Amino acid sequence: MGSFRREKDEEEDGPTNAYQNLEKTSVLQETRTFNETPVNARKCIHILTKILYLINQGEQLVAREATDCFFAMTKLFQSKDVVLRRMVYLGIKELSSIAEDVIIVTSSLTKDMTGKEDLYRAAAIRALCSITDHTMLQAVERYMKQCIVDKNAAVSCAALVSSLRLANTAGDVVKRWANEAQEALNSDNIMVQYHALGLLYHIRKADRLAVSKLVNKLTRGSLKSPYAVCMLIRIACKLIEEEDIPAEELADSPLYTFIESCLRHKSEMVIYEAAHAIVNMKNVNPRLLSPAFSILQLFCSSVKATLRFAAVRTLNKVAMTHPAAVTTCNLDLEGLITDTNRSVATLAITTLLKTGAESSVERLMKQISTFVAEISDEFKVVVVHAICALCAKYPRKHTVLMNFLSGMLREEGGLEYKTSIVDTIITIIEENVDAKESGLSHLCEFIEDCEHVSLAVRILHLLGKEGPFAATPSKYIRFIYNRVILESPIVRAAAVTALAQFGASCPALLANILVLLGRCQMDLDDEVRDRATYYLTILNSAKPELYKNYIIERENCSLALLEKALTDHLNGDLQNHFDISIVPKAAIVKPEITNDVMMVTSAPRAPKITREEESAARLAQLPGIQVLGPIHRSTAPIQLTESETEYTVQCIKHIFAQHVVFQFDCLNTLAEQFLENVRVELTLPEGYTARAVIPCPKLAYNELQTTFVIVEFPPDASSSIATFGATLRFVVKDCDPNTGEPDSDEGYDDEYMLEDLDITVADQIQKTKKNNFQVAWDAADSEEWLQAEDTFVLSAVNNLQDAVNTIIKLLGLGAANLSEKVHEGTHLHTVLCSGTFRGGVEVLVRAKLALSEGVTLNLTVRSTDQDVAELITAAIG
Amino acid sequence: MDGFMMDIIKGMCIMDNDGNRILAKYYDKNILSTLKEQKAFEKNLFNKTHRSNTEIIMLDGLTCVYKSNVDLFFYVMGNAYENELILLSVLNCLYDSISLILKKNVEKRLVLDNLEIIMLAFDEICDGGMILDADPSSVVKRVDLRNDDIPIAEQTVAQVLQSAREQLKWSILK
Repeated sequence: MGSFRREKDEEEDGPTNAYQNLEKTSVLQETRTFNETPVNARKCIHILTKILYLINQGEQLVAREATDCFFAMTKLFQSKDVVLRRMVYLGIKELSSIAEDVIIVTSSLTKDMTGKEDLYRAAAIRALCSITDHTMLQAVERYMKQCIVDKNAAVSCAALVSSLRLANTAGDVVKRWANEAQEALNSDNIMVQYHALGLLYHIRKADRLAVSKLVNKLTRGSLKSPYAVCMLIRIACKLIEEEDIPAEELADSPLYTFIESCLRHKSEMVIYEAAHAIVNMKNVNPRLLSPAFSILQLFCSSVKATLRFAAVRTLNKVAMTHPAAVTTCNLDLEGLITDTNRSVATLAITTLLKTGAESSVERLMKQISTFVAEISDEFKVVVVHAICALCAKYPRKHTVLMNFLSGMLREEGGLEYKTSIVDTIITIIEENVDAKESGLSHLCEFIEDCEHVSLAVRILHLLGKEGPFAATPSKYIRFIYNRVILESPIVRAAAVTALAQFGASCPALLANILVLLGRCQMDLDDEVRDRATYYLTILNSAKPELYKNYIIERENCSLALLEKALTDHLNGDLQNHFDISIVPKAAIVKPEITNDVMMVTSAPRAPKITREEESAARLAQLPGIQVLGPIHRSTAPIQLTESETEYTVQCIKHIFAQHVVFQFDCLNTLAEQFLENVRVELTLPEGYTARAVIPCPKLAYNELQTTFVIVEFPPDASSSIATFGATLRFVVKDCDPNTGEPDSDEGYDDEYMLEDLDITVADQIQKTKKNNFQVAWDAADSEEWLQAEDTFVLSAVNNLQDAVNTIIKLLGLGAANLSEKVHEGTHLHTVLCSGTFRGGVEVLVRAKLALSEGVTLNLTVRSTDQDVAELITAAIG
Repeated sequence: MDGFMMDIIKGMCIMDNDGNRILAKYYDKNILSTLKEQKAFEKNLFNKTHRSNTEIIMLDGLTCVYKSNVDLFFYVMGNAYENELILLSVLNCLYDSISLILKKNVEKRLVLDNLEIIMLAFDEICDGGMILDADPSSVVKRVDLRNDDIPIAEQTVAQVLQSAREQLKWSILK
């Protein structure tokens, strides 16, 4: 059987497939045939096809090979064979980007473009435009204009499409063809209409009034092409969005009326585009939405998978913005759960989960459980994410959801799927105190039989962190110690660390833990033994302070920055000791939350890096930056200009121990200006000293370049809160907008006012997250620590949650023990938060809030620096 | 959906039933610009689609509509927010054009035998991401320029005659 099949394969692929095992050099050799006269059309077509096939398979030609091939090809213009000529055009287009001197064929192409043979003309135009540059365009401009209005649709389309391509590089020339495009718009041919609309819009898009006129005219007339109508809908939507028409007036707006009328178009494509447009509008009320949703509902039961997919994806996307309207489609969505197209089914499920009411959660879960077993891992991950969102919405349903998740956890599945479930359970535990016990026990069961080392380690870490504060910590010890007996060294080491956490936080269990750790000292693995010895020594010391610093609150440095600091240290004066406390702590990078569930991605995600790590790499290029020491914090970028001005500037503040580096990212949006020596001049408040200005030498049109200003903080922290005036200064040179080359060497100085900059308390604080705030707080009640206390009345806010958010934001601190969440219906709340002020000064803050008329706040700050403590209390007032 | 509204198609591709690329074109410089990325994407796409014939899939942020026949798979890709029905219309045009060119015998061997015409059809359907034509009959009219309606047995004779005529013409011109 096997041999028979092989024979068959050979028979199929062997002699008939002329394109197998092609070799680049030999095929390029064959181009010699092109020089023969008369031209053997069939043979040449075959050779050209082989070359194009090779390029299409990804074979790279170097410039010389391409140029040789290109020149050989020009000989083929002699032949009158239609297919051959068309293949030559195709070859010209493929090679135009690699070969040199391609403009040599301009005259041949121009001849074909203006000739009689219609079959040549359309393709010749497109080939010509692929080799034409700005300077040569003038020469063919007359022909292009003629072709746009040509009565042959193919020629007209080709000219319009090529014009659109050229518009990117030679916008001003193409602008002159607006009249011709306008004429083409009246054509009967649907594709000509579509392309003409595309070109006209592109020419006019900068001028809102002109676009609006164009749309108004076209919405009244009847465009025949469904593609053109789709495009018109998109343009109309853009106008509606820009004009920001409120919902009440929307119904009367001609733009909306047009889109609404498209819901009754005869083409499904247009109907869907219109429905999609309406449900995605910003200002829209339920009355306007209902016809669009009826359409989507109809599509949900279509026989075409693509229609169902389109409808359910749109519903999924707007499930958050219009939950009520999407709920009306719930019945149809439930029908789609069993859809043969798994993408459709998954989208339907996640939509239902997003909109589901609290009462229907149980029923939904039952439906999903049958479905989940049948789908592939990547879809399961999407479902898990949806469940996670649901749990955040209905915290009270955590038992149902947690049971469901643990059921999923027990089933077969890959690492990514399991990770997503564990992530979800951990999120639920962190956000919902009630779910903690059951979540932890589910996870405990899971690690009893878990093949993924990374997950086991994570769970053990979590158990170590949360377990000691559970109702009965002792029950977790068995699970953890089982790992020590049964698992691989990595897991054993993690388990030892978890055990030590219990020892440090639960005095009652300490004796038992010491025995267990003693046994771990016999382990075969070095790391496990080392850890056991380390923890035993600390726990035997019976000093709570050591517990705190070396077991409970072990904060991790940002590894990238630690590496950099160590390199700097080795390059510098080795007399001084390396101080690890100046290295910023690893901040938790929040994963980007995308509302779009669009799933099935196999591309590896970019490693997450913090802003500080990113800017450290960037700032390393600045001369003398090492003197400032390691970076403490980088702020999020803030805009110093309006978004649509001549120059746009955004600023990032990089805070160091004693300095601040302002990074200004400047963008020049004027095509006719070339800027040199661009720098920002700051008006310094009292106490601040300028250290250096690093200008940006050249700033061409549409380029993003950076200039820096380094400023030293005032010696006392209390005067570091200040406002800086900022002005952008530069030398302007006029330039040719097309080439970007300055017209002359003469330039003149100019300046541009920027918005003021502030340095706040939050800028100077890197947030930290204490696992156990109380321990840290009590430990801070000693000689070295200073305390500041004050009471305020916050009149601007009238509920506790707002007050808490304001305080955390204002101070830039990280809240501990979930204290940033205020339970509903309480009048008293305590926020515990912590951070590190620049220079490695630790800050702990306890804020007690009481709700009466306004919010009364009692703030207690503990810090190792008196100035800093006072600065923080002052910041609130 | 912002930006250049005309650049709708991000890529078109024909693969055989082993997932090998027969023809593929990617039109956006920012999406799948290197051969390595393209191959990885195609492999992934093929693995996800060759067993289930379900028309549409989202992959790596692209909406892909597809269709298969005998030993061939046809794909059209657009970005994640693209109107799926527009993409479907392009896919249908691609498939129907090829079906017309090959006289309904859409299979790998014939596609390779007529590769030059198929390449021209690709080029007539989409120009650098813009839909150039979506009507199969008009596409075919523009690309299928061979001598039609002649039975295969006689076609070679006709071609011989034509080339003889050409040779004669050339010798007279000289």
